[in-house]
Amino acid sequence: MTAKTLYDKIWDTHVVSTDEDGTSLLYIDRHLVHEVTSPQAFEGLRNAGRKVHAPDKTIAVPDHNVPTTLDRLNGVENEESRIQLEALDKNARDFGVHYYPVDDVRQGVVHIVGPEQGWTLPGMTVVCGDSHTATHGAFGALAHGIGTSEVEHVLATQTLIQAKSKNMKVEVTGTLPEGVTAKDITMHIIGLTGTAGGTGYVIEYTGDAIRSLSMEGRMTVCNMAIEGGARAGLIAPDETTFEYVKGRPHAPKGADWDKAMEYWKTLYSDDDAHFDKVLTIKAEDIAPSVTWGTSPEDVLPITATVPAPEDFEGGKVDAVRRSLEYMGLEPGMKLTDIEIDTVFIGSCTNGRIEDLRAVAEVVKGKKIKDGMRAMVVPGSGLVRAQAEEEGIAQILQDAGFEWRLAGCSMCLAMNPDQLQPGERCAATSNRNFEGRQGRGGRTHLVSPAMAAAAALTGHLADVRDL
Amino acid sequence: MEKFTKLTGVAAPMPLINIDTDMIIPKLFLKTIKRSGLGKNLFDEMRYDDQGNEIPDFVLNKPAYRNAQILIAGDNFGCGSSREHAPWALLDFGIRVVISTSFADIFFNNCFKNGILPIVLPQEDVDKLMEDASRGANAVVTVDLENQVITGPDGGEIPFEVDAFKKHCLLNGLDDIGLTLQKADKIEAFEKEYGAKMPWV
Repeated sequence: MTAKTLYDKIWDTHVVSTDEDGTSLLYIDRHLVHEVTSPQAFEGLRNAGRKVHAPDKTIAVPDHNVPTTLDRLNGVENEESRIQLEALDKNARDFGVHYYPVDDVRQGVVHIVGPEQGWTLPGMTVVCGDSHTATHGAFGALAHGIGTSEVEHVLATQTLIQAKSKNMKVEVTGTLPEGVTAKDITMHIIGLTGTAGGTGYVIEYTGDAIRSLSMEGRMTVCNMAIEGGARAGLIAPDETTFEYVKGRPHAPKGADWDKAMEYWKTLYSDDDAHFDKVLTIKAEDIAPSVTWGTSPEDVLPITATVPAPEDFEGGKVDAVRRSLEYMGLEPGMKLTDIEIDTVFIGSCTNGRIEDLRAVAEVVKGKKIKDGMRAMVVPGSGLVRAQAEEEGIAQILQDAGFEWRLAGCSMCLAMNPDQLQPGERCAATSNRNFEGRQGRGGRTHLVSPAMAAAAALTGHLADVRDL
Repeated sequence: MEKFTKLTGVAAPMPLINIDTDMIIPKLFLKTIKRSGLGKNLFDEMRYDDQGNEIPDFVLNKPAYRNAQILIAGDNFGCGSSREHAPWALLDFGIRVVISTSFADIFFNNCFKNGILPIVLPQEDVDKLMEDASRGANAVVTVDLENQVITGPDGGEIPFEVDAFKKHCLLNGLDDIGLTLQKADKIEAFEKEYGAKMPWV
């Protein structure tokens, strides 16, 4: 039998049919839906008189537009946001899919809710009209973002027309140094590969440093696979995965659990499986990282200085010139001298309980810098509840953080949480594009611990020095 | 979906690399529940100043390119989010072809679902077309999908590759869902077998 990668195995299990030219129809196990990329898809179904093929495999949750302030249940002020949220509510109910409305404690960012509720399981195919669907790859599930036309296609047929990607292995060997987290790993990798380095590939992350991560950390790593251009990121399931999944509301139980476990234990890349590209990184070489520019590939260790356009080649020279102007930075300045006025902790990248614990550990008994606007937005209502139970919420509020309700919040600023022009934010989210957090806003991507350090000191800071 | 066969139109140069989906259509315009009407906000933050006035230097605001139907862009065009609003905005503006050395995966797929042809070419060919496009309204380029060839303003021809299935769908304006539903029996058979094997799914 030919040796297979994990991706090959999941792919083969889900092929419904393959045409002569190699294009396959792939079966989809879980379809996650949010309010921004689905209204036109449901409208398409209605216009064609079609039904949702598998409503029991379709899960809807509002996240992008929802305000995160405590008064949100009184109604959403922005009319367009309200219409979009109402459309999801109506579509979810009309078509009979699983639904976590805004007043349900289980509501949250779709990529946090899916795993939390046990919808995401090893070996599955998972899609959503959202690029950060890559998150679910942490379970050894083939998970990727799709456009609205494909959302409609999956709703109507529970399949997707796909061409197979190539296999890439990213191995992170050794032990992570102190102060270095899953976020630093994933940012470091994108710094090496560039934002197009993964284009055409599915990446499998392996190695001791990956294995040692919790499920939360693994989700952070896979979440940003898309920022490296990959179709999906994968981590083979192991005891850490099974432990996380067991007992979740939609995880298998009893005899089904045993049967599932038997299958899940076959989900790994065979020893001699072929990878089209292999990248090996030593964990020891990774430092707490920050972005300085307007592309997620603009990554440096916090101990570095802002680069100059001339340090680069080709089209990147002009791109860097533009970035530095947008970011208001001069080449040669120390990254730790960059002053910050806003700190955002949350998103599908870093809005899980472990992330909030990391922030609490840094800020416990301390106060954030005077004048700093700092908010913590839990990834789901359940993360929020757990943080309150563990006393984390109190620690954060005592330090001066705003304690919000779950949603995408300032990661993409489709809701009232936005940067004003010229404001500068240390953010635990995933994109530092121009205008991403609000027109004219400036974003530095960091880990939760590093965001906490910036909140305390008022500038980008090395958490190891605190 | 509107068919794409052959197009002759003005090509606009956008040499910037990593043009992301937030640049193509910023998030505040994603709140629509329609597919149409996004063209006026295409490249909004690059195209208009804070008061909403056109920035004259931006390529699509220049008289020669206001009716451009082809974009020649830097590497990794369309990176970032899965928002199909990006191709919807391009299409609504009138862009039917984007040419670059590389595209982000999801954006690339989304284009084909909307009658837009994204073409990947080697750097030297993109450089040549970028130079041609810089000539303004004289930069009229023809893209022939059937024969997979681009003809520049000087008559020079550049061949390009395209996935056979995607080409077929574009040439005929085919709706994927209709095609897949012709395989409904295969999907049903798959579900039966798969469901028996993996009842927890």
